[in-house]
Amino acid sequence: MSRNAGPGLGYEEALLFERSRPGRRGAELPTSDVPRVDARALLGGAVRDDLPGLPELSEVDVVRHFTRLSTWNAAVDLGLYPLGSCTMKYNPKLNERVARLPGFAAAHPLSPAEQVQGLLALFYDLEQLLAEIAGMDRVTLQPAAGAQGELAGIMMIRAYHEARGEKRRSVLVPDSAHGTNPASAALNGYRVVSVASGADGFLHPEAVGAAMDPSVAALMITNPNTLGLFERHIAEICEIVHAKGGLVYGDGANLNALLGIARPGDMGIDVMHMNLHKTFSTPHGGGGPGAGPVAVKAPLAPHLPIPVVVRNDGGYAWSEDLPGSIGRLHGHHGNVGMLLRAYAYILSLGAEGLTRCAELAVLNANYLLARLGDAFHVPYPGTVMHECVLSDRGLADTGVTTMDVAKRLIDHGYHPPTIYFPLIVPGALMIEPTESESLEGLDRFADTLLAIAEEARRDPETVRSAPHHTRLRRLDETLAARRPVLRWQPDETSR
Amino acid sequence: MLARIGLERLEELFAALPSGLRLARGLKVPEGRAEQEVLAQLMALAAQNEHAQAGPWFLGAGCYAHFLPSAVDALVSRAEFTTSYTPYQAEISQGTLQAIFEWQTMLCALTGLDVANASMYDGASATAEAALMAMRVTRRRKVAVSAGLHPSYRQVLETYLRGLDAELVTLPRGADGRSTAAGAGIDGETACWIVQQPSFLGCVEDLAAAAATAHDAGALLVVTLSEALSLALLAAPGDLGADLVCGEAQSFGVPMSFGGPHLGFLAARSAHLRQLPGRLVGQTVDAEGKRGFVLTLSTREQHIRRERATSNICTNQGLCLMMATVYLALLGRHGLRELAELNLAKAEYAKGRVRQTPGLSLPLDAPSFNEFVIGLSEPADAALARARAAGVVAGLDLAAHAPELGPAVLFCATELASRESIDRAIALLAGRSS
Repeated sequence: MSRNAGPGLGYEEALLFERSRPGRRGAELPTSDVPRVDARALLGGAVRDDLPGLPELSEVDVVRHFTRLSTWNAAVDLGLYPLGSCTMKYNPKLNERVARLPGFAAAHPLSPAEQVQGLLALFYDLEQLLAEIAGMDRVTLQPAAGAQGELAGIMMIRAYHEARGEKRRSVLVPDSAHGTNPASAALNGYRVVSVASGADGFLHPEAVGAAMDPSVAALMITNPNTLGLFERHIAEICEIVHAKGGLVYGDGANLNALLGIARPGDMGIDVMHMNLHKTFSTPHGGGGPGAGPVAVKAPLAPHLPIPVVVRNDGGYAWSEDLPGSIGRLHGHHGNVGMLLRAYAYILSLGAEGLTRCAELAVLNANYLLARLGDAFHVPYPGTVMHECVLSDRGLADTGVTTMDVAKRLIDHGYHPPTIYFPLIVPGALMIEPTESESLEGLDRFADTLLAIAEEARRDPETVRSAPHHTRLRRLDETLAARRPVLRWQPDETSR
Repeated sequence: MLARIGLERLEELFAALPSGLRLARGLKVPEGRAEQEVLAQLMALAAQNEHAQAGPWFLGAGCYAHFLPSAVDALVSRAEFTTSYTPYQAEISQGTLQAIFEWQTMLCALTGLDVANASMYDGASATAEAALMAMRVTRRRKVAVSAGLHPSYRQVLETYLRGLDAELVTLPRGADGRSTAAGAGIDGETACWIVQQPSFLGCVEDLAAAAATAHDAGALLVVTLSEALSLALLAAPGDLGADLVCGEAQSFGVPMSFGGPHLGFLAARSAHLRQLPGRLVGQTVDAEGKRGFVLTLSTREQHIRRERATSNICTNQGLCLMMATVYLALLGRHGLRELAELNLAKAEYAKGRVRQTPGLSLPLDAPSFNEFVIGLSEPADAALARARAAGVVAGLDLAAHAPELGPAVLFCATELASRESIDRAIALLAGRSS
């Protein structure tokens, strides 16, 4: 096996507050050209004395601090990051440049529409493009992340039913769903009813039919599902839900597998969100920002969040004239910087490039499955879409678990896959290589996983005590939760 | 690769899709283009937008033009921060985790509270989540809101509460611009009183009085901010009795970007920790006893608790948090304070000019920070259009937000405003070309 990573310089770095030295500062302010004012005279007791909780550091202190911290992170630009369901694809640099253009980055959300026609035109066009890709009729770009998109979608579903004089009380969610699905439904006041996936990993029409009644507002479904399988009964399932007056919500987390191949709207999905930070290459940023546009079929369009972009003779304008709207979801217009990046991505790839993404993402996932399927247990065999799910069942006699395999991958310079999810697969390893990886990159990763499986039999202790080559060894998560230390305090943390 | 999978053609990978569901045509998306072409197309769109780097800028109202130190973008652009994800795997995410821990620490110091999460989407949704949290903590269903809450935050709060068994009541604005609890707004059913500091119209509120009123009724005081820089000058809300402090930290080094991505935040007292939504980073040790950081208390969260979670939030605003953490580290203890004083001085200078200018007025007497209301003697849209024609963006037209004030603009002066540009803007608002 060729080495993917070796020992680095391994810098140590204290907390900002521990590095602080009295009198240092990292930014100088311009000389004031207006008279000084006495804050206390103006504001009285509302004024504070000082900010002792903030550090005192020079610019070079700060630059070294964060540069050193950065060296402790795995990242897509360093190597394969096969975090299942997160679609850690390469993020083109052009998109970063676009988002920093002053006409975008220094634009203000409350500028009158006629002063920001370039942005409104872009919003309008991006909505059209996403609607076409999803096979839907209208799109809102406002939700700030997939989970907020889910909330928006569920709210639109509620508004749709209420506009028809119906009070529906529950939402069906398959047991393989992302945790955000049940949480989003509950956040909007719905009772969540879990629907079991079949033994073959698919959601079955019978299970949906048995749970479906006129009190059900919607079914939330992820397709491909979190096992990486295309829900082959999707059309029939949508018909069952529709027949009882319900709607179908599509979780678009896995849309990357379908670009140009098939469209959720053509399957019977009524509402769906798209994660621009997954399918459309905006960087994940260490936990966001993302963006979660929501696409709907025409019957739900009256309930879109306000404001909406409209096109008129003179150009583009904002409109709040949508009486059935669920209201506003974001303080301004959503995570616009992410919309810009996604737009640049779609323009760069075009129709053929997008389709090629899906083809190669699916090819890569199936290739890894073929290479790993003998050494690791495959709970749901068959052709997968953009990701494959393995488990640690075959390693049970070694005492090595999925967690150990994940931590051992770190020693070889790989970010581990998503682990212990979906919940219906004990010890799951959910691998999503994306289209960004080359054949030799996939082979090297597969070789590494196979070597770890072999090592688990030969030398289980080494795997169970991994990682060995990182700056820190395995971290005690139980201690962190039992005795929470959630901020630095001078007395507690000095060491 | 196909042979290894046991297939002959790429097409067969999609055999599991029922043929009726396959897209029988190509996507109606323009043909792909080279980087140079796409950049040119986007630059043409960017050129059609007014922006704060093109000339004097006095428009704030929840999104603020501040100077961005070069080191912020340089550090945040590092691929190790930009192209990583949520730090689930702690051993290879210590950079992100330690920075979040540092952010939590600094936000606690600024707000005067015990715990702060690793960001919400924006100030508006942070405010809505704070209201939901207060309802869980108090097991009450009424949310009282000051009239001074940012109108978009108010709308988002309404959206979040719509499907729930909750009641929203509005508390009035006094003659000087500050909130009052007059009337029957706050009672034994009230979960919280939400006060924005400074208010949407720029008024510095009396938080100690608000806390006493809320606490007398057994309600929580929620303080929300849209201009986080004010925290460097004004007393920590937690020290004045606020139970939850939330809002928008865009002012800490995050570009305006037409309103997003920005940086929502939410801080609380440790007594309410278990009801706090969002990611939290905690300190721990590794197998050899070395200090490290991990995501913690995740039993509050959707990926563990599913429909019983405190929120559905998953991906949040990580990279914006990184910008703010770098920004606060650069400005630091003295720089941030001096910056806030400079903002106050610029705004007070502008107020002084308004007082000397016939035709303009200051309709609200309450003290302010870097933003305040200017009364005009003609419709605000005409005055603002005149200023724009002269290259000056002179504030927000308040006709839609506070018509009772008559023609008025909300005017914001930050460190970017020169004395000369303030003079010009005030003159333009008064009807003189400068």
